[in-house]
Amino acid sequence: MTTTNAGPHVHGLGEPYKRKEDARFIRGKGNYVDDIQLPGMLYADIVRSPYAHALIKSIDISKALQVPGVVAVITGKDLEAAGLAWMPTLSGDTEAVLAVDRVLYQMQEVAFVVAESRYAAADGAAAVEVDYEPLPVVVDPQKALAPDAPLLRPDKKDRQPTNQIYHWETGDRAATDAAFAEAEQNGVVVRQDMYVPRIHPAPIETCGCVADYNAATSKLTVWMTSQAPHAHRTLFAIVSGLPEHRIRVISPDVGGGFGNKVPIYPGYVCAVVAALKTGRPVKWIEDRTENLTSTGFARDYHIHAEIAADKEGTVKALRVYTLADHGAFDAAAQPTKFPAGLFHICTGSYDFKQAHVAVDAVHTNKAPGGIAYRCSFRVTEASYLIERMMDTLAREVGKDPAQIRLQNFIKPEAFPYRSALGWTYDSGNYERALRLAMEKIGYEELRREQAEKRARGELMGIGISSFTEIVGAGPGKHFDIAGIQMFDSCEIRVHPTGKVLARIGVQTQGQGHETTFAQIIAAELGISPDDVDVEHGDTDTAPYGLGTYASRSTPVGGAATAVAARKIRDKARKIAAYLLEVGEEDLEWEPGRFYVRGSPSKGKTIQEIAFAAYTNCPPYLEPGLEAVNYYDPPNLTYPFGSYICVVDIDRGTGEVHIRRFLAVDDCGTVINPMIVEGQIHGGLTQGLAPALYEQLAYDEDGNVLGSNFQDYLIPTAIETPRWETDRTVTPSPHHPIGAKGVGESPTVGAPQAIANAVVDALAHVGVRHIDIPITPWKVWAILKEKGLATA
Amino acid sequence: MSIHHIRVTINGKLYEGDVEARTLLVHWLRDGLRLTGTHIGCDTSSCGACTILVDGKAVKSCTMLAVQADGRELLTVEGLEQNGKLHPLQEGFHVEHALQCGYCTPGMMMAALALLKRNPDPSEQEIREGISGNLCRCTGYVNIVKAIQYAAQKLREPEQVPAGSGGGGE
Repeated sequence: MTTTNAGPHVHGLGEPYKRKEDARFIRGKGNYVDDIQLPGMLYADIVRSPYAHALIKSIDISKALQVPGVVAVITGKDLEAAGLAWMPTLSGDTEAVLAVDRVLYQMQEVAFVVAESRYAAADGAAAVEVDYEPLPVVVDPQKALAPDAPLLRPDKKDRQPTNQIYHWETGDRAATDAAFAEAEQNGVVVRQDMYVPRIHPAPIETCGCVADYNAATSKLTVWMTSQAPHAHRTLFAIVSGLPEHRIRVISPDVGGGFGNKVPIYPGYVCAVVAALKTGRPVKWIEDRTENLTSTGFARDYHIHAEIAADKEGTVKALRVYTLADHGAFDAAAQPTKFPAGLFHICTGSYDFKQAHVAVDAVHTNKAPGGIAYRCSFRVTEASYLIERMMDTLAREVGKDPAQIRLQNFIKPEAFPYRSALGWTYDSGNYERALRLAMEKIGYEELRREQAEKRARGELMGIGISSFTEIVGAGPGKHFDIAGIQMFDSCEIRVHPTGKVLARIGVQTQGQGHETTFAQIIAAELGISPDDVDVEHGDTDTAPYGLGTYASRSTPVGGAATAVAARKIRDKARKIAAYLLEVGEEDLEWEPGRFYVRGSPSKGKTIQEIAFAAYTNCPPYLEPGLEAVNYYDPPNLTYPFGSYICVVDIDRGTGEVHIRRFLAVDDCGTVINPMIVEGQIHGGLTQGLAPALYEQLAYDEDGNVLGSNFQDYLIPTAIETPRWETDRTVTPSPHHPIGAKGVGESPTVGAPQAIANAVVDALAHVGVRHIDIPITPWKVWAILKEKGLATA
Repeated sequence: MSIHHIRVTINGKLYEGDVEARTLLVHWLRDGLRLTGTHIGCDTSSCGACTILVDGKAVKSCTMLAVQADGRELLTVEGLEQNGKLHPLQEGFHVEHALQCGYCTPGMMMAALALLKRNPDPSEQEIREGISGNLCRCTGYVNIVKAIQYAAQKLREPEQVPAGSGGGGE
């Protein structure tokens, strides 16, 4: 038997450590915002517009004020008098907090009622009388651009005289056009229109807050469903004029976010105003209909895409035009520099020499938003279009979709790779991921089975998606929220007994930071994750950070945490050298311990060093053992993967049955494989959702057709397949631990794997594209048209 | 609005109170009794976050009035742990990583409990059908199915399943 000097087993990187946060959740002891009950607290309800576009002729609150329990009713005119009727959006527009003279979408906020109970508030809201004069409604973004379209935003006609919010383009138009001209002559050009519909993240917990103003200390505390509490604190300070150090935003346990909880919504602002006005705490919690109809939608991109290739199907150029429907206010959550977010990652995993992208954004009479539903700033739209287009190209040149991808992938030796649209991909090995997926699912055998079934008249399809993501914003010089640079942070305190408190600038809505960030510190310091408590979400205690979305927690906050832990270790080395009376350079590190090189028995554990930091600190060092790091990443990270989906289609009903779905992901270094796999399962389900079920549709009068969970279809355990997963590991070269982020990859990668599978099942009868969500009705209509329907 | 006096046994303890006729059971539990483990996720009894047991059967407590609970026995998530010992479902959800944000978890566990009461040895398909009234946005259900299988086995043959190894919290 041999002995080693290895330190204690620390459950660091790569270990499926069970989650620390579970203990409270499985007991029903979480602390979500609606669980907070303060003495004297009032409840709020919002009066909302039934019309998509109307003038407000009058608002009569007199009857509402007579409802028993109603304490106050706030209207837009009240806010206007206080200078708070408008608030800035994340895209530099101004959004009505409460409508003053016109409403621009159904369910827009018109008045805010506070009362002694939820029920009294609802009674009061029902008693507010609003006289509307309906106006023509614009729901089609194409019609919004027509010269005779009603101007939806007269409030800003001086700087924006039409309904068009912006025109943005990037890439080399002339070179791209030239490549297309060449392909028209000597190669192939494929074109496709596709609509990525408006959908909603719909976390099971809706949005809400409790606002409490303490007049004695002049301090405002807001518990809110926030994915970015520090940024929200700063915005509150800017909008309200309250001093920022007198505002405390606390994001308690949050029941899912998926982008929905990035923006500031009128309800939050009104709750703060009501708390100031009444001197009592005010709780505002959305109901589900309010959540679906008025808060942050995602997608809504009408895309026209074209690929130029040679006759063999080797891609040359990509040309994309998109019409983006932003709704009534431009509240898209995008960095200032990139109005269409990271949409220009749309060259994907393929080596395009030229590309050009143009986007026009317009106002319509729909709810504002444009947040990223579990993705990084429009990556999902980009990935969907390129993966659909590669299949279209494969059909055109008569090649297998796998073959066309392998032929066009960016090669492993090309990294770092500069894309035609200006991104520098950090690392990747796309062929390895696709080959693993093909081998694991038995691709060739599936193709044989498909051919046999097709001969028998059965409809089976195989779809591939070999996506590349772009996540982890900053760097701060390119990325911001309302001007605040996208760095992130971690502060670590090692107590005298060697136990650790870490506070982070990112915030969790289920991602498991209390476990994974403890594991990062555990790995760096050689202690158990159980000895590390991770706190987040309280702006009075956590270091400033930009929050959790766009898969940025691990790439940015995780990096800050690793770097802060390394600072701790650097100081620990100095203390150890002092205690052991040797030079720092004579010390070796093993997990949890410094020892003297050549004398392994002579050493100091991190716990002994921590104790000394407070009891016997070297006179030339500051006492204590703490560190803080603000991390501005040098680049984004580029997770990738290859997904393969197998579907069977019912010729009688048009229903799509997902028989198998295999996801091979590469998110670089894995901190906790159990949590990574859980994130992938959840992300895949939120990729399945828009592929087959979810859509926020509007009728021509601007009525929302998906305003509850009976009309807005979220997959249950019945529709969701048993996901299969595997992974390759290609670390990020610029991240301190090589991690890339994973939470959104599957949502980005999955929809087109499913769509490609359905189209593949019908390709032999000439089907090239079906817009998502691919409902039984859409499929059945195609089957009927092609003479394939059996009923 | 008429006020009614109700007496309800919840997690083995008798609670009494005066409620408006229109008060939803979930609001009485959460706001009145401060049993906030039962959550609210929709208004149409679609999401199941508010699932509890009423006389042993799974009920969405946003679809029931508090007055209708008068004289009945309720079990909420807070009643699962007994004498400091986690219920096998709680253990299973932790060990199999069947929760992320935790918001649907209490309702999901209560729906699973009702399922296991009527079918102690469910197939995967029966589990999926049994929780199809409960929505989860985070987990994709795969690990929830595993957690319920874990609990089912443990409830059938308590000594056969080793306790979950490692991990925080427990």
